[in-house]
Amino acid sequence: MQKLGEFKLPPFFNYPPYFTLQPVRETREKQVQLWKDLILDFSRNQKIFVISLEEDSPLFSNPSIERSLSHEAKVVFLSALVTDGRAEWMDKGHKKCLILWMRIQDWADYILRFVRENGLEDGVMTVEDIRSGFETRGTELAGIDRGVLMRALKLLEQKGKAVIFKGSSADDEGVKFSA
Amino acid sequence: MTSIPRLPTASLTTSCRPVFFSGEVERYLLPGVDLESDGSDRPTLLLPFQSSLLVITSHRLVFVDEASSSAREIALSAIIHAFPLKKSMSIRSMFASPRVRLQVSISNDGTISEKGTKSSVITLVMRGKNTDPDVFYGKFMEVLRSREWELTASADQGSTGLEGSSSASGVNDLRITMPVVGVSGILRKEQEIWESTDKNLQDAFQDLNALMSKAKEMVQLAEKMRQKLLTTGSNSQGSSNDEEMGSKQDMQDWLLSVGIASPVTKETAGALYHQQLSRQLADFVKTPLEKAGGMITLVDVYCLFNRARGTELISPEDLLQACALWEKFDVPVMMRKFDSGVKVIQNKSHSDDEVFARISSLAQKPDALRKGVSPSDAAFTLGIAPALAKEHLLSAESRGLLCRDVSAEGLRFYINLFNEIDSANIYTIKSHGLLNAWHLATTVSG
Repeated sequence: MQKLGEFKLPPFFNYPPYFTLQPVRETREKQVQLWKDLILDFSRNQKIFVISLEEDSPLFSNPSIERSLSHEAKVVFLSALVTDGRAEWMDKGHKKCLILWMRIQDWADYILRFVRENGLEDGVMTVEDIRSGFETRGTELAGIDRGVLMRALKLLEQKGKAVIFKGSSADDEGVKFSA
Repeated sequence: MTSIPRLPTASLTTSCRPVFFSGEVERYLLPGVDLESDGSDRPTLLLPFQSSLLVITSHRLVFVDEASSSAREIALSAIIHAFPLKKSMSIRSMFASPRVRLQVSISNDGTISEKGTKSSVITLVMRGKNTDPDVFYGKFMEVLRSREWELTASADQGSTGLEGSSSASGVNDLRITMPVVGVSGILRKEQEIWESTDKNLQDAFQDLNALMSKAKEMVQLAEKMRQKLLTTGSNSQGSSNDEEMGSKQDMQDWLLSVGIASPVTKETAGALYHQQLSRQLADFVKTPLEKAGGMITLVDVYCLFNRARGTELISPEDLLQACALWEKFDVPVMMRKFDSGVKVIQNKSHSDDEVFARISSLAQKPDALRKGVSPSDAAFTLGIAPALAKEHLLSAESRGLLCRDVSAEGLRFYINLFNEIDSANIYTIKSHGLLNAWHLATTVSG
């Protein structure tokens, strides 16, 4: 079985037509579905939050069959994710795409659950701690994209589950959770 | 009391064109014709149908009824006399349909045929609109006068006298049969052929009318001469016909290219030009269609058809119109346009499903599973032209049978595996089925 790092690639990754944008509608729909799933699975596994179309991503080419996705194909598949609400274009030129392999709402729920399970209510944590601190090691939160984290925290703030306050510098931004 | 004369039946092709004999050439067409016996009070109809299409050939009058796909004929040799057109100034005759009266010979059983013991007078009634009786009569008399059916009969007998060295008796024994021995015999044979050719040419060019009737012979002679000029460094003179014509395949192609001896022209058919052309085209395409496996591009038909006609070439618009008319007739061929715009002619019986089945099985062979199928691969396996193979592959793709693969190697097609993949279980491959076959074929090679 082929692998990309830790990630196990599905058998059809070796099927050349998988890398050519299919013109026939029904076939295209199937192809798009498979690519959407693959992008999300891969991103979750590798903790990838941003895909840049101008850089070569190992996901979008298969050297063993000498095939890669065209730029047009990448845009089509990522746009499909955007339509599903599982991705967002970061710029008007569609050069960078934020991959939400967990939705912001899901992240918020995850954070809350983590806080409760670890008895961290009424505690204060810095944003940086959440991202790379000792407590979050081994959880999904380790290495989370800063922008995504802030949006999730803001969502919690709206619901009254947390309060964000600024520190002396950007690194010192902190969060206080409430039960 | 004379019985009603009967006409023998004539054979038609599947497109309702008369089947011509060898040497018979179409001369004129006239629609809306009835045939009556010349009873002055109550004329009786001689044809079991009305308002037929009269086809005058060098040998016969053929009355065609397209509605019933049947025809009757009168051999020109059975016509004893054609009465001149009456130029009557009465009001009655001005509104009546023009008529031509013919005296024909009748055999003992009442059929109109040559060398009969009795005779009868019949009337040709021209009920078609825009029929000019004088033009028709002029053409008809021309054909009658040239008596081509006699020429063909004697030519057949004469040619057998030339070929075989051992022919003893012959009706036209004007040639001195000399023993064909050695080089002098061969040279003499050559000489005779060239003298006859020379005489042919002289006769032809003297009289323009005679030239027209010799047109078919001229085409054949010109073709033979051209072939002789092309063969460089030929050792033996007077080689047999087989060597001249080359292999059997060449013979076939040669026959095909001069296959039409009586092209339907605007002159012979007048207003019926497109209809008759359409029918003749339907007859013509049968052989090339079979050779090409049931489908030919319109461009190829255009070239083949015009090549066979030799002169009186048709324009691309004529061809398109002729094909479009097929919808109105009951012919076994049809025109079809692919999504890409390519137009082809195919048999009505052609089955797309059968082609798709063949493509599908080709795409599932181990080689094709590994590398896909290119249009030239498909052309080779299916035995058809590459342009058509590509059309079939594209059609199969739009049906969901194949997927395309675009790479530096060009456009290739693979069997569609997308339908076989279960989105919920993308890592498992069932132990049977298409996905498994593909997996085995591609992983074994490494």
